[in-house]
Amino acid sequence: MARLNDDNLVRARELIALYPVERSALIPVLHVLQEQDGYLSPDGLAHIAELFELTAAEVRGTASFYDMFFLEPVGRYVVAVCTNIACMLAGAYELLDHIEKRLGVSAGGTTADGSFTLEDAECLALCGNAPCLTVNWRYFGDMTPGRWETLAEDLLAGRLADEVPPHGTLNRVRRAVGLPASAPASGGAVTGSQSKGAAQGGAKRQARPALDNSGPLDHAGHAVQLATSRSTAAVGSTLAPGGSPREAAGEGEATGDAP
Amino acid sequence: MTTTGPTGAKLGPYVISSRFGLEQSWGIEAYLAHEGYEGLRKALAMTPEDVHQATLASSILGRGGAGFDAGRKWGMLRKAKPNYLVVNGDESEPATFKDHAIMEGDPHQLIEGILTCAYATGADQVFLYVRGEMALAHERLQAALNEAYDYGAVGRNILGSDFSVDIVIHPGAGAYICGDETGMLESLEGKRGYPRIKPPFYPAVMGLYGAPTVVNNVETLSNLPWIMRNGSDAFSALGEGRSRGTKILSLSGHVRRPGNYEVEFAKLTFRDLIYDAKLGGGIREDRELKAIIPGGASSPWFGPDHLDLSLANEAIAEAGSMVGSGAITIMDETTCTVRAAWRITRFFHRESCGQCTPCREGSGWAEKVMRRIEDGEGREADLDLLMDICDNISPGVVWPPAQTTICPLGPSIPSPVASAIRLFRDEFLDHIRQGLCPFPPDRLQTSPAYA
Repeated sequence: MARLNDDNLVRARELIALYPVERSALIPVLHVLQEQDGYLSPDGLAHIAELFELTAAEVRGTASFYDMFFLEPVGRYVVAVCTNIACMLAGAYELLDHIEKRLGVSAGGTTADGSFTLEDAECLALCGNAPCLTVNWRYFGDMTPGRWETLAEDLLAGRLADEVPPHGTLNRVRRAVGLPASAPASGGAVTGSQSKGAAQGGAKRQARPALDNSGPLDHAGHAVQLATSRSTAAVGSTLAPGGSPREAAGEGEATGDAP
Repeated sequence: MTTTGPTGAKLGPYVISSRFGLEQSWGIEAYLAHEGYEGLRKALAMTPEDVHQATLASSILGRGGAGFDAGRKWGMLRKAKPNYLVVNGDESEPATFKDHAIMEGDPHQLIEGILTCAYATGADQVFLYVRGEMALAHERLQAALNEAYDYGAVGRNILGSDFSVDIVIHPGAGAYICGDETGMLESLEGKRGYPRIKPPFYPAVMGLYGAPTVVNNVETLSNLPWIMRNGSDAFSALGEGRSRGTKILSLSGHVRRPGNYEVEFAKLTFRDLIYDAKLGGGIREDRELKAIIPGGASSPWFGPDHLDLSLANEAIAEAGSMVGSGAITIMDETTCTVRAAWRITRFFHRESCGQCTPCREGSGWAEKVMRRIEDGEGREADLDLLMDICDNISPGVVWPPAQTTICPLGPSIPSPVASAIRLFRDEFLDHIRQGLCPFPPDRLQTSPAYA
């Protein structure tokens, strides 16, 4: 779709300023682009290549290594169903089958109306509440076909807008402050072919204005009220005294607001 | 809060998980009300060298999977400036979910542990690499970091001392291999997460940007505030031998109460963990145990004959596997072990970075052959073929595995394959001879077909 907009360009520059070597901010900035457009568009990737003084191939080559980055448009809700060992033992493939039938797409596909992209995912680290899935990277544990129905209805009705932001949004909390990035020593300390880029980056770094935390902190406008996501009940109570996570999470809670 | 287990072992909430059940446990108010940042104050009143010595004396081993002595790792830092601390929060080992719980449940404790380590090692900057998919953890950690700045616990002149350091929360983007420390460093440099060729073996010698770098796991560092508050002796008094302190065990699979359990190291057995009412609560539907994956997808499996093995580094290593990340998956008698081993092999195939031939090709071939056996299209010769593939990936198929690749992912591939064949050869043969999988599909507990 588009190049980074003005706000996101500011965010990109803030991110770059955090690192001693510019390129380290590449993956964080790719997340910003994906938050803006829902995927990594060719124009957006070209803009990022300009920003980092990299070739388009270097940027695309990095992005394509990582499962979370989409190089083609996806649905409004990306649903990743874990089918790895712990979830599989708890019936994840049965759950995935159900969702595939209901959405009319196979894992990897996007529904015709652009609402959902379905994925067959690797372990998402919520195995105490297997089977689990994420929607736009927000967790839902102890899933059943019935709970999927409720979840899908709630999503489409906009009832989960606080818990499940638009696809691509990784972190709604902005960094408030920071110290200047510490530049790596150029020359002596850096040896070996793998560090060549680093040495160059280090030299380039010196002139960049750095963040500072000497001023007053301004959280306003940055911080969002963190609505307790579905995984909170699950994860937070996992070690709660005297209760199993399943009991503590409660039957209805795992998929939330029953209508 | 601490309860006792069947053999008198201390059961959490304890060293790491003491605040997990609190209201808004991730906020600074709850943290400060429960000894928050007191360990860091103690540490800052000591010399960095004394903090290092205290960590060495606690005998804490890394909790990420490899079990390397944390204090020794810090001691290996090459003397050069700048040096960095990279915190490994890229938890992706199948069935491991402890760091996820720590980062969401008690982010300040992790930040305090990070600062303690940064002070001891004189780190110039800290990068906390958090697995990309864990969105809530990113938000909780960033909110906690903003609070910690406000409080003066991070940034310039920490808690009024001369020590200053910044923490940057860095998002991953979905790649198991970035949990390997050199894969992580490449990723942090903005590249594909290809593990680095050794030597140099240790990031402490040449790490991020070629500078000396300590890489520590989230759970490892989360122990430090407690160690600083209570002393190394109190920590090393827990556990036994080379397994000191507590360990969070991520229990999953066919138990009644899957979840994270913090337990005193080396004091319980698999039987205690699975069957104790305060822990796993027994196997669902009172079925029989078939197999245990003792330390994540990379670890060789155990059969029921190992139920009385101690949950300790030494005992599990001696029996031919590992504690690893502390992920313990339980399979009951209804489990198709061919399917289970296939699914883990598929994971390795999908996550192989592709640099080394034995891993890239071996994982794919092993997955294909396992799949065809599961689908009832296997041949008896496939069992030898699978073992041959395993032998090509890691000669001898022994434990610990022989290394033929840049990183440990490749040599992990034979673990599920060879374990399943060695323990359940007859099941493979049943699939092949009957021309179908004799087990029912894995069912959801709510499924009518479950019982």
